[in-house]
Amino acid sequence: MVKVGLIGAGKMGISHLAILGAHPDAEVVGVCDTSKMVIEALEKYSPFPCFTDYKKMLQQSKPDAVVVAVPTKYHASMVKELLQMGIHVFVEKPFCLRPEEGVELIQLAKSRNLVNQVGYHNKFVGTFEEVKRLLKAGAIGDIYHFMGQAYGPVVIKPKQDTWRSNPEEGGGCLMDYASHVIDLINYLLSPVQSVQSSSLKSIFSKQVDDAVYAMMSLQNGVSGILSVNWSDETHRKMTTSVSINGTKGKIVSDANELKVYFKDAACPAGYSRGWNVKYVTDLTAPVDYYLRGEEYSAQMDHFIKAIQGKVPNEVNSFESAAKTDNAIALIRKAQQ
Amino acid sequence: MKMERILFGDNQFFAVNHISDEKSMAQSIRFKEDAAIIKTLDHAMEAGIQTFMCTTHDRIANICDVIRQQPEKYKDFKIYPCMPYAHKYANAVTELGIMGTIKQYVPGNFFGSLFKGGVAFLSKDFLSIMELLIDAEMKMFKGINTPVIFLQNVVTDLLLGLGMKDILVAFHDYVKKKYNAEAGFITMNMPALLNMLEEGGVKNPIICASINKVGFRMSGGKELYEETLRTRQFRAIAMQVLAGGAVSPKEAIEYVCGLPNIESILFGASSRTNINDTVSLIHKYDQVYTTTP
Ligand SMILES: NC(=O)c1ccc[n+]([C@@H]2O[C@H](COP(=O)([O-])OP(=O)(O)OC[C@H]3O[C@@H](n4cnc5c(N)ncnc54)[C@H](O)[C@@H]3O)[C@@H](O)[C@H]2O)c1
Repeated sequence: MVKVGLIGAGKMGISHLAILGAHPDAEVVGVCDTSKMVIEALEKYSPFPCFTDYKKMLQQSKPDAVVVAVPTKYHASMVKELLQMGIHVFVEKPFCLRPEEGVELIQLAKSRNLVNQVGYHNKFVGTFEEVKRLLKAGAIGDIYHFMGQAYGPVVIKPKQDTWRSNPEEGGGCLMDYASHVIDLINYLLSPVQSVQSSSLKSIFSKQVDDAVYAMMSLQNGVSGILSVNWSDETHRKMTTSVSINGTKGKIVSDANELKVYFKDAACPAGYSRGWNVKYVTDLTAPVDYYLRGEEYSAQMDHFIKAIQGKVPNEVNSFESAAKTDNAIALIRKAQQ
Repeated sequence: MKMERILFGDNQFFAVNHISDEKSMAQSIRFKEDAAIIKTLDHAMEAGIQTFMCTTHDRIANICDVIRQQPEKYKDFKIYPCMPYAHKYANAVTELGIMGTIKQYVPGNFFGSLFKGGVAFLSKDFLSIMELLIDAEMKMFKGINTPVIFLQNVVTDLLLGLGMKDILVAFHDYVKKKYNAEAGFITMNMPALLNMLEEGGVKNPIICASINKVGFRMSGGKELYEETLRTRQFRAIAMQVLAGGAVSPKEAIEYVCGLPNIESILFGASSRTNINDTVSLIHKYDQVYTTTP
């Protein structure tokens, strides 16, 4: 049994908590949130020990591992404290507000040999995993262009007042929403090296950006476009997609459907010349407990297994998430 | 009261397509006008289906108006509401925070006084919040026959993972007391949910779960599902029988009709042809399996 604690039982945290609660190898030894209402509800109806001060939770519950799902501005300091205490850490995305903060944390986790993972769940989505596999095999030849997109209905009218509307706390579409797409590009193709131009637009928000458009180049020399808008209500929920052009074909994928075009008959097993369509249902391994997508259960399972030493701590390490933080900073800097 | 063998679902109307975003968009264009939804419901009724299982989506309120206006046409028609329409609340929590969301959706002045004094919430009030939210979602169905009221899988499964048995039981009890209806639970974790409901003293619950030939969204595995159907007492509704398109309709329906203890099958379709085809397949295989025991 891995003894796990949770800090931050908000929208994301509560979902992690349910997944941990149902995990056969995890024991939830403590839940902490500063919101009295949330803690009172959990105290009354859930079996988990509850706290409003995370330091107290760490002292009393002595977790082996902690899941951090508080607003982004607290990530760096909390994670540092946890690592110093020798605790394995799963922290929500984005990793840190400033890239500098991440450097120290990566070192700390490494030197103390602690499992470290960040919540970029797209890497556990079957379609994107298949894209990675195809690219690794060089299936569509030399890549010359990509387009990463995400759209959804987060801020669709002017009135709002949460940490997401505050630029100092990790609010804004770039930090909160586009980070998923950037991270996916980093992972599938290569880390972002430079940003030629970018535009951050406020549509309904007063202080933060609601849409991000950028032209960027990756370390492997490929260039492409990022287009993300969280004020787009034509999508019922967040839709993330990538489209990748190569000399031998093209890949278009979102979290549900993968479409691959091959110019000629020399293509991987299971594919043929022309368009091929695969669905996430065929590409996804079942999970023991399902809440809102296999990927959320799968990423938590990966974290637990990494602590148990059953899988290497490779996917979504602090190091990979720090590259995304870095790209976010580059995009901000390149604004016109 | 027995449920009908075939229930008609509503995913196709609200661009909830688990497979393709493009298809979702096409559906949302196709069903932009309420009349298109009514027309598809007519096709389902012509095929002999009298139960519509639907989310408490804002647009369902319009459909309810139409139903109330034609009592003769809809005299045997039933709706099984599924609540909450989770995206509405999830989006609201992102935008307004938890307090803001409660303020927006819990009717009346219930919290006015509590907020004003900055007084903390009292735990005993959580169940009252739930009851008020249920009432708010049920408003649109006034005057319509709603013999079963469902809790959506996001909420059922969240409560399951959090170990909040008492809230599941409270939902069951309140729906009975206030609406004289059976509670139903939609889930992707059927065996685990059944265990928890039984522990909470809920007998013979109605559980609507993903049940299909390929084991899609059947957490715990297909074998465990089949064994649970064989050996335990509950009223099962099979949904996602096509596993999002991974199985052919014929194979899919044959599998589900061959399982023991499935009271109803839930499906949704947009075209008259698809509705009729699915209904005939169910009738065909029901006959096969009832005549060869
Ligand atoms: N992976 C994803 O898809 C995804 C989705 C949403 C959010 N997130 C990330 O998760 C994190 C949290 O976002 P959210 O949407 O859950 O926000 P939220 O506002 O719903 O939840 C944050 C919670 O943290 C609590 N909190 C704040 N400070 C605290 C402290 N010092 N100690 C204990 N609890 C504290 C708050 O009371 C609140 O309940 C963010 O970093 C966000 O970017 C990731």
